[in-house]
Amino acid sequence: MKIIVTAKRVTDYDSKVIPTADGKAINFDNVDFKMNPFCEIAVEEAIRLVDAAGEGEVVVVAMGDEEATQEVRKALAMGAHRGVLVECDESKLDSDAVARMLVKLCQDERPDLLLLGKQAVDGDSNQVGQLVAEHLGWPQATFAYKLSVEGKGATVQREVDGGVETVRLSFPAVITTDLRLNEPRYPSLPNIMKAKKKPLETMSPEDLGVALGAPKVEVVSYGLPSSRKAGQVVDSVATLVSKLVNEAKAL
Amino acid sequence: MSKVIVLAEHQDGALVKATLNALGAAKALNALVGGGFSIAVAGAGALDGVVASLQGYGAEAIYVAQDPALAGYTAQAYAQAFHAAVRESGAAFVVAASTAKGKDCTPRVAARLGAGQASDVVGVEAHGGGVVYVRPMWAGNIIGRVRVNTPVQVITARPTDFEAAPQVGGVSPVKPLAGAVDAASLRMSYVGLDAVKSDRPSLTDASVVVSGGRGLKEAENFKRVLEPLADALGAAVGASRAVVDLGWVPNDWQVGQTGKVVAPDLYVALGISGAIQHLAGMKGSKTIVAINKDPEAPIFQVADYGLVADLFAATPELTAQVKARKG
Ligand SMILES: Cc1cc2nc3c(=O)[nH]c(=O)nc-3n(C[C@H](O)[C@H](O)[C@H](O)COP(=O)(O)OP(=O)(O)OC[C@H]3O[C@@H](n4cnc5c(N)ncnc54)[C@H](O)[C@@H]3O)c2cc1C
Ligand SMILES: Nc1ncnc2c1ncn2[C@@H]1O[C@H](COP(=O)(O)O)[C@@H](O)[C@H]1O
Repeated sequence: MKIIVTAKRVTDYDSKVIPTADGKAINFDNVDFKMNPFCEIAVEEAIRLVDAAGEGEVVVVAMGDEEATQEVRKALAMGAHRGVLVECDESKLDSDAVARMLVKLCQDERPDLLLLGKQAVDGDSNQVGQLVAEHLGWPQATFAYKLSVEGKGATVQREVDGGVETVRLSFPAVITTDLRLNEPRYPSLPNIMKAKKKPLETMSPEDLGVALGAPKVEVVSYGLPSSRKAGQVVDSVATLVSKLVNEAKAL
Repeated sequence: MSKVIVLAEHQDGALVKATLNALGAAKALNALVGGGFSIAVAGAGALDGVVASLQGYGAEAIYVAQDPALAGYTAQAYAQAFHAAVRESGAAFVVAASTAKGKDCTPRVAARLGAGQASDVVGVEAHGGGVVYVRPMWAGNIIGRVRVNTPVQVITARPTDFEAAPQVGGVSPVKPLAGAVDAASLRMSYVGLDAVKSDRPSLTDASVVVSGGRGLKEAENFKRVLEPLADALGAAVGASRAVVDLGWVPNDWQVGQTGKVVAPDLYVALGISGAIQHLAGMKGSKTIVAINKDPEAPIFQVADYGLVADLFAATPELTAQVKARKG
């Protein structure tokens, strides 16, 4: 079983980012970076599936600047076999460009499965997996909650509005992860050391036939959300109820 | 030829309300770019009910792709059907609601169109002769304004940020689409939905939401402490990610950046700390009440009324007083 899995480098979900003064970019000073939490779940699942199959390979891919090597290495330390860094100016990427690079990689590598996160917690776009699937004419299961591989296909339970939906896919297919698919492991120190020797190939977008610079979707400006006006602390349930009735007219 | 087309959503033949908010977003777009809008419906069997519920909103046409391959929802088949409808309508703007299905299917439609997609749009604005889409990024810490540089532009619209379109009367012509789905190309099938059963209003439609977090200590307390308040308020029930992960409540109840976005008239948070990922899903609510024993909890930064208290004492008291008021 061969799986390609993505590992996007994003700002730590605990850090608060702000726009630059001119609103043209994000100010990344004093911000930590990590692997996108949904990608961690995807990497974990890929490793478990190949382990369970008893044969195969997990290839981890990241698109971004040289720093994103760290996320590829982390996935290798978790247990992926081989890494690819598509080195590029992260600020020039949109979901479409990432998707087209993944399309080419899938055409070259011919995996059974492409596993990705349902969304990147920086851009919150929730598109890449679906775009790749359509470009390749592959089936998809987004928001995966549970999955089981049966022969050359999978049954996937998905988190949807109103409950959990089940779909059946035949490989090759795209699956995107939701929060409760698994608990990603922490790489052990010996595995971190071993990961340094695992193969990691660096490519350019051009190697994958994609020219950056004419994005389909372009951020014109970044701003701050309007903040709510300061609230009040009330001293008792009785005061709360009276304020809800008389002030907020919410009861 | 309509300028804008809305991809309608239904669940087993019943129109999903968020589609009316998508119609609202289409009207907001029409106000900027002119033209009218049409609607695309896809499904198998009798779609008359869905089509009837879409009448009277002023659509120039309702395109209906009816095919046995659309019997259960799959992204692959529905993307083909919607794509055929967009092509037939000649629309330059495609709008879907950012519900689970909208998020799942719409990017595939965009891919077929070679179009760029702006996801989870909360506003549309005129900008240099074109349109920019306003959308939250970084869990709502950042508000981006994005431009789509393709001849056809695709958006998913956040239902809470667009008013449901009003009824204006009239009859929209219904246009059947033949051969919209290539059944031989489909390699996925729908098995079923394990639906969460509840007598309460749905989380995204309710005017009052009571949400619980880890402060409730155990699953049983959702029933014992939180649900009586929800019943007294006629509220839907939501939850933080932490308690969904613990398996206390269904996944479908998660409110937040990566769960549901709600904007009720009244949101009551019990024992929720107010992590940025949670706030991303509820800070658009009209009035926010928080009960938490930690005065430093970040939820108090967005709460209109904060009560620093033990929820196990305060919640039953609140429930009793609400009941007393409502008689
Ligand atoms: C990728 C990613 C996505 C995420 N998406 C979401 C999301 O969509 N939605 C979401 O909610 N979270 C999300 N999270 C998780 C989020 O970061 C927080 O971990 C989570 O919201 C915390 O849940 P909580 O407030 O219930 O628990 P805690 O943070 O543990 O807070 C419990 C609160 O209860 C209070 N409390 C305890 N006992 C009492 C008592 N007796 N009376 C009153 N108060 C009491 C405590 O003071 C505390 O403030 C996400 C995280 C990641 C990494
Ligand atoms: N630059 C990138 N490198 C690797 N994977 C990515 C990148 N951008 C997006 N992805 C993957 O695509 C998923 C969806 O991203 P998005 O559509 O941007 O929210 C993410 O969870 C990642 O798994």
